[in-house]
Amino acid sequence: MKQKFTPSQLAQSFDRRTFVVGAVQGGIGLLLAARMGYIAVAENEKYEMEAESNRVNLVLIPPRRGWILDRNGSPLASNRADFRVDIIPERLDDPEQTITTLGNLLGMTPVEVQDLRDKVAKAAPFQPVQVADGLDYDTFAAVSVRLPDLRGVVPQRGFSRYYPTGPAVGHLIGYVGAASREEYEAEPSPLLLTPGFKLGKDGLEKEFEQTLRGRPGARRSEVTATGRIVRDLETREDVQGQAIQLTIDGPLQDYAARRIGLESGSVVVIDCLTGDLLCMASMPSFDPNSFSDGIGRVEYQMLSENERVPLRNKVLKGLYPPGSTVKPMVAMAFLEAGLDPSETTMCGGGLRVGNRVFHCWNRRGHGAVDMAKGIYQSCDVYFYHFAQRLGMDVIAPMARRCGMGQEFPLPVSSQFFGTVPDPAWKLRKYGQPWQPFDTVNATIGQGYMLANPLQLAVMAARLATGNKVMPRLLLDENRPRFESMNFHGDHVQVIQNAMRDVVNGPGTAGRARLPIENVLMAGKTGTAQVVSLSVSSGKGGQWKFRDHGLFIFFAPFDNPRYAGAVVIEHGGGSGAAYPIARDVTTFLFDPAKGLEVLHALEKQWGGTAQERLAAEYARYAAAAGVDIPPAPSDPATIIRLVEAEARAAAQPAAVATQAITPPSETAGGETL
Amino acid sequence: MKLAVLPAPLEGLPWRVLIPLTLLVCFGAAVLHSAAGGSFERYASSHLVRYGIFLVMALVIRLLPRDLILLAAYPAYAAVVVMLVVVEAIGVVGGGSQRWINLGFMQLQPSEFMKPCIVLVLASFYHSLPPGMTGSWRALIPAGLLIGVPVGLVMLQPDLGTSLAISFGGIVVMFLAGLPARWFVGGGLAAMVAAPLAYFFALHDYQRARVTTFLDPESDPLGTGYHITQSKIAIGSGGISGKGFGQGSQSHLNYLPEPHTDFVFATMAEEWGLFGGLFVLLVFGIILRWGWSVARRAPDRFSRLLAGGMTATIFFYVAINLLMVMGLAPVVGIPLPFMSHGGSSMLTNMLCLGTLMMIDRWSRRPGGGSSFA
Repeated sequence: MKQKFTPSQLAQSFDRRTFVVGAVQGGIGLLLAARMGYIAVAENEKYEMEAESNRVNLVLIPPRRGWILDRNGSPLASNRADFRVDIIPERLDDPEQTITTLGNLLGMTPVEVQDLRDKVAKAAPFQPVQVADGLDYDTFAAVSVRLPDLRGVVPQRGFSRYYPTGPAVGHLIGYVGAASREEYEAEPSPLLLTPGFKLGKDGLEKEFEQTLRGRPGARRSEVTATGRIVRDLETREDVQGQAIQLTIDGPLQDYAARRIGLESGSVVVIDCLTGDLLCMASMPSFDPNSFSDGIGRVEYQMLSENERVPLRNKVLKGLYPPGSTVKPMVAMAFLEAGLDPSETTMCGGGLRVGNRVFHCWNRRGHGAVDMAKGIYQSCDVYFYHFAQRLGMDVIAPMARRCGMGQEFPLPVSSQFFGTVPDPAWKLRKYGQPWQPFDTVNATIGQGYMLANPLQLAVMAARLATGNKVMPRLLLDENRPRFESMNFHGDHVQVIQNAMRDVVNGPGTAGRARLPIENVLMAGKTGTAQVVSLSVSSGKGGQWKFRDHGLFIFFAPFDNPRYAGAVVIEHGGGSGAAYPIARDVTTFLFDPAKGLEVLHALEKQWGGTAQERLAAEYARYAAAAGVDIPPAPSDPATIIRLVEAEARAAAQPAAVATQAITPPSETAGGETL
Repeated sequence: MKLAVLPAPLEGLPWRVLIPLTLLVCFGAAVLHSAAGGSFERYASSHLVRYGIFLVMALVIRLLPRDLILLAAYPAYAAVVVMLVVVEAIGVVGGGSQRWINLGFMQLQPSEFMKPCIVLVLASFYHSLPPGMTGSWRALIPAGLLIGVPVGLVMLQPDLGTSLAISFGGIVVMFLAGLPARWFVGGGLAAMVAAPLAYFFALHDYQRARVTTFLDPESDPLGTGYHITQSKIAIGSGGISGKGFGQGSQSHLNYLPEPHTDFVFATMAEEWGLFGGLFVLLVFGIILRWGWSVARRAPDRFSRLLAGGMTATIFFYVAINLLMVMGLAPVVGIPLPFMSHGGSSMLTNMLCLGTLMMIDRWSRRPGGGSSFA
């Protein structure tokens, strides 16, 4: 049906339709007013906050890290003011170009530039990557003036961690570094992304992270959409982290670390009265100062290639057969089991047990041997003989009482605590019954028996004092009261005297005598065989086949104040260990005399540990060039991996089938 | 309304519109002053100067006779279409898209002229169409072509906002002309079908992104959704009374894009709050209400359609811009009349206003429509 249109109809329709359109407009007007009211009133708070978070940029100021002090209050780790430059990868316009420019400005080597590229590529995009720190003002200023062309580059004044004695404390204290992606995921705090913030990666730095960290400062500033700062609004100062004070004696730690010299090993010194760990040196080591910028590829390669494992803390994570250093402990077990120390046995160079002969290290024999001679001459036959009579059941509990196989309550990330074998253990582990030769091996600290240097030092302290000395690492004014070991009668004196004679009498370590009037050191040598005598004599040849040299000691012998242990890996015998113990103890009583010896030695070795490490690095870097795979992003994990492997290797892989033939106690031309 | 104190030439002016409008323009100048970071010269002064010039222009238009306008409708339309073609040709020759011709003191976009022109030409067309044909194809097809040609040319530029504005003005005139309502319902349904097709085939990537972003602004808060998000933050953080003149952080610290043109309302709302926003809405309400009353009072079909179409064109600007800054419409580059900095928009809207004043004058004089006849 066709509709008819007339002018009047159209005029009416116009009025109707203007009304419709006007109503729609009015409706939209109301909608707009309502919408605006909703945004501006109901959601005002939300949008005000968003406008504020647009406008105000909060920059965290990394807190100054708490110091780590030695027992005398000198810093083992402190902070140094410096200028630094970081990159935030996601803000880079042209990463290639920016890194090249920075490399030129900062005078970086091609290797360093490559390291930086890798770090930038690997880091989470929002995570700051350190380019350089410890810059002088001119360099810093050169970067600062070019900032408009270098988006994503953040130069700032800050503090960097400083370890005055470098490698000497590397293993003990650990090092700091920028948070890794994994660490940020575990603790998603904005502080971890702040350029210049470092957290503890290993050792005490890691264990005491929360104490040392402190509270970050903050700077609120008004910024434009492009990030240009208009003005600073307010600044809150950071709160420095709390210091921690260790029982470590800084100079002694440094001395011991340097005295280890070219060898690979560890020195532990413990205060017999308080259990204070005065020294826990482990060498070779790394320089934690250079680790705090992240580890460069050359340095990582150099350290990980070194067969002496400079990345491992040997005090806590080196496990060694203790060798003859267990003999004073075994003797104490005999005494406690009722053996008369004057009872003798004949040593003809070996002992027949059943149809087998177990050799003494001295094939010519020691003749009649009582307990004292068994210790100071380290006669194996004496111990074989009485162990057969008294049994492993008196030895193993005594070993445990003296600290072997024990994990001590120390603030360290991990300790390997070794093995004290006994018949039940062997049955559990290998499903085989205990054999006489197992006892023979155990009495001379070989076979399944494994201990770390800290345990050896604790054993020395407990035998020396007759008290259950517990090691501690944090200084505490309260002097702990140790339980007595409940050794009977004069048993402690018997052991003290026998061990005095090891050094000061007709014993195996005559050269360990202290060059100090009136202070006699007591000790016990140990030479732990690494491979069967059929592979190597253990004295020379390939480094990794040489015997470990061990020495436990305390001084003064009749009123013990200090006890300790020295373990030299593959030192070729105890002769590598006890001169170090002698010098370290000398340093304790007479630092000048100790240093005299050290300086003479360092002249031969080519400088202090720190100097040698730097020289080695320079040599290595010169030879290597850029063609080295990059360092892992988190070396601490890799180090732990390395250690896990080391631990597996240190465990006896297979059940022992025979007695160890003990290596000679008098190595390297030492005389009795 | 009669103001006895005014001299005769000013007596007939619609003061109840001109006074609020001038207040709005001055308010706009204050906002632009702030948007320029406290500089009067940068935007505000030229804004006021343009208003002055175009107001004079509008007052001159006001005096034009009906017959002249009726006579000029088709030639003016043709001239603007030619200008659109020229701009397109310059763009092709210059190797890029160009929307404007440089006049020295401002850059003229011919497409702006098309907005009042399309209303004019359609009003003239329906005026001359015999009423009996209003329901036939002869009412639809020529009008469709009149709209289609400039819209097509503007789409080529490409300028979605302006082509929508031209279409809207034209369709409103058709609606007011009394074309059967079912055509509009049918057209609306067809548009709903065509919209997805246009989205996928006719729109440019950046236009498509704007639509997607409008539907879900949070999907890309730092990309294309940035505009809407920042605009809402500016309006929302202003609250009821605003942060105070010159205190808007969103505009001053460059978080708000285009704080002096398309997003001038957000700039204003941040500093003046809901009160400022309601004032702006009120002034626009006064203008539009007056526009419709002019249209209803208009003496004949031509002037009615012309007045209604002009009012609708102003409304389209206001509505789309405000819906956009409040996050209710996609981002299309349409400025807010009388507040945004920009000569073309001011020119178009003052042309509309002048035309309305002119029709107002025609209706005041009984028989004015045929005075020159």
